[in-house]
Amino acid sequence: MDMSQYLEVFIDESKEHLQTINEQLLELEKNPDDVSIVNEIFRSAHTLKGMSATMGFEDLANLTHQMENVLDAIRNGKIAVTPELLDVIFRAVDDLEAMVVSIAEGGDGKRDVTDVVAQLKQIEKGEVVVAQKSTPTYEQTYDEFEYTILKQSAEQGFHSYEVAIKLRSDCLLKAARVFMIFEVIEQIGEVIKSVPTVEMLEAEQFDDQFVVTVVTKVSQDELQKRIMKVSEVEEVNVQPVDFAQEKAHEKPVEQKEEPKTVEQVAEKKQEGQEEKATGKQVSNKTIRVNIERLDVLMNLFEELVIDRGRLEQISRELNNPELHETVERMSRISGDLQNIILNMRMVPVETVFNRFPRMVRQLARDLGKKINLEIIGAETELDRTVIDEIGDPLVHLLRNAIDHGIETPDVRRAKGKPEEGTVKLKAYHSGNHVFIEIEDDGAGISREKVLKKAISKGIISEQNAANLTDKQVYELIFASGFSTADKVSDISGRGVGLDVVKSTIESLGGSVSIDSEEGVGSVFSIQLPLTLSIISVMLVEIQNEKYAIPLSSIIETAIVKKEDILHAHNQKVIDFRGKVVPLLFLRDIFEVPVIKEEDDFLSVVIVRKGEKMAGLVVDSFIGQQEVVLKSLGNYLTSVFAISGATILGDGQVALIIDCNALIK
Amino acid sequence: MAELKVIIFQLKDEEYAIPVQQVRSIEKIQHITRVPRVPKYVKGVINLRGVVTPIIDLRMRFGLEEATFSDHTRVIIVALDDMEVGLIVDAANDVVDISTDAIEPPPEVVDATTADYINGVVKIGKRLFILLNLEKVLKTEKG
Repeated sequence: MDMSQYLEVFIDESKEHLQTINEQLLELEKNPDDVSIVNEIFRSAHTLKGMSATMGFEDLANLTHQMENVLDAIRNGKIAVTPELLDVIFRAVDDLEAMVVSIAEGGDGKRDVTDVVAQLKQIEKGEVVVAQKSTPTYEQTYDEFEYTILKQSAEQGFHSYEVAIKLRSDCLLKAARVFMIFEVIEQIGEVIKSVPTVEMLEAEQFDDQFVVTVVTKVSQDELQKRIMKVSEVEEVNVQPVDFAQEKAHEKPVEQKEEPKTVEQVAEKKQEGQEEKATGKQVSNKTIRVNIERLDVLMNLFEELVIDRGRLEQISRELNNPELHETVERMSRISGDLQNIILNMRMVPVETVFNRFPRMVRQLARDLGKKINLEIIGAETELDRTVIDEIGDPLVHLLRNAIDHGIETPDVRRAKGKPEEGTVKLKAYHSGNHVFIEIEDDGAGISREKVLKKAISKGIISEQNAANLTDKQVYELIFASGFSTADKVSDISGRGVGLDVVKSTIESLGGSVSIDSEEGVGSVFSIQLPLTLSIISVMLVEIQNEKYAIPLSSIIETAIVKKEDILHAHNQKVIDFRGKVVPLLFLRDIFEVPVIKEEDDFLSVVIVRKGEKMAGLVVDSFIGQQEVVLKSLGNYLTSVFAISGATILGDGQVALIIDCNALIK
Repeated sequence: MAELKVIIFQLKDEEYAIPVQQVRSIEKIQHITRVPRVPKYVKGVINLRGVVTPIIDLRMRFGLEEATFSDHTRVIIVALDDMEVGLIVDAANDVVDISTDAIEPPPEVVDATTADYINGVVKIGKRLFILLNLEKVLKTEKG
């Protein structure tokens, strides 16, 4: 039977299953006692085994089978979950991933896995049997979101309490009492969560007990007294929220272990329903579309954008009001269409982020550090083209934060910090940009160290060094040939340093900045454009040639009188709002054939790169336009100061100026 | 006996041949946007149905004198690996079948600058075709 038609589906699904296994394994490491997680992993592994056996990938099936055996043993409580055991399973998953990748690339998916298989067998036979009993207690559990709220309110000086309330058994209007209790609480604080849910409480779907989590500024006693004032309340038990414990129970919603007591099962059920009520995961209807089709759609639309530009131009020339109106409406509609198509190509950064927990775990173990990776805003969406490029720079920055930022546990203890370092990976939208921040609570950047290094490497001179602001000093670590680690480890600092990160991000039209405080930590902040394929540019004319300058680098345009040009160090400069801005004559830089004579006035486009500015001298401004970014092809790579090309309304090609290359 | 279908084009007074597999299309000359700071023989880029395509003046690539464009001037769009490039030629005349046996090594006397770009010569009747070595033509001097 010919399997090739299923191959694509097989590869896609295998990758998904492996991703699930990875995620769940990490979860399992946090909650080693949670059998439901093991079940989840087992299910994915089992499906994977079945699929690969059907497709005839024996090695893949064998290894998965072996892994399944170990998981089964864990599930049945024969083996305890230890970091060492997880290491082996992770290694097996790595092998599986490698095999799937090899299959995807047209290989046979064969790989020598005897080592891992042997280890797995060893574990399977191992006699380390630890009876594991989870601790069933009547307690609140929180998901990540609620947990964050609790933590944030704690930081703002609120107390969080778990309030167990028992109504009198002869209470008739339970819903009314509940309402009164909630009203009392809401006067002094806020209810974060309740078990059972508010809806169920209002529907009187509970016995006589319920637990609410409250953030408030009042004391434990006062809270209790206030609630007791509501009649028919029999007992109120107020407990502060135990954060340490919550940590271990971050995702308990999936617990479906064998029933212990009737009471507990009931509670679990309620929790399950509650998850539905909060609508944490609303199932959206989606279809799978081949990315190539989207690319084709995008290309077709780009053609349309070019014609739109042409139509707009014609309508301006003809000056017919009816044509004007129609064209304008078409422009608006195609603008909406553009948004939708761009949106379709948006992918959550999760696809990049979800490989980081594994990497961080491995790095932390390799380096003997304790690290907690917090990912915030993984659902933030970015264009696929950006997503494809952003992975490597992020890996680099994360490695950097873990290797150079976070200190070893003993150093941290000596400094009075918690042993476990925190690395926060945060993504969010703001305006037309997406920001990704990597924040660590490590050693921070030492100004002296950076300066010393920069001077010794000849990146700056000693005289200049003293005048630099902290921010400028931090920028130095992005200079090429710079590595601040005292010893070179193989994690980061292989010479190809952060300068690569910076140039990659800048090539995407983004920027990186650093904020740091010595001893407290650093924040690397990356700003990225939402999309790369359609950008806003300013069209300018230089003699008879048209060029496009990305709006993102333009500060403003100015007309400068010839006599206002000043000279400094053989360089023509202008005084622009109190700043000295060097002038770059694009006519000379681009060797444009001169046809027209110079005017007495110069048209200048002020552009910037980070803190630096420059004035690009052109002959005239044409106007602002949305254009489709195209590459110059594989023959013309790395043309100086040209980042690409675009096709104008009249069908001609205009080159897009790379301002970053012009400003040194 | 292998047959090779080639496209014949004219450059100065010589006829060159290029296998059809390497040719995407033949275009009339159109507006070329100059690209700054590239080798002289790279004339610039054109809009080829939405694809920005670089254009090489083959005369200049071979060190011949530049010619003004006429009605016969053509741009042959060739593809090699993942590159698509247009070659400006004086005229594109013909498609012919040649047998691979008929290909002879380039004669020693051929002009030294162009010798590098030649795979061999083919004689059919009274016509002599020079087989173009596209790899060499498209290879940039630095690389």
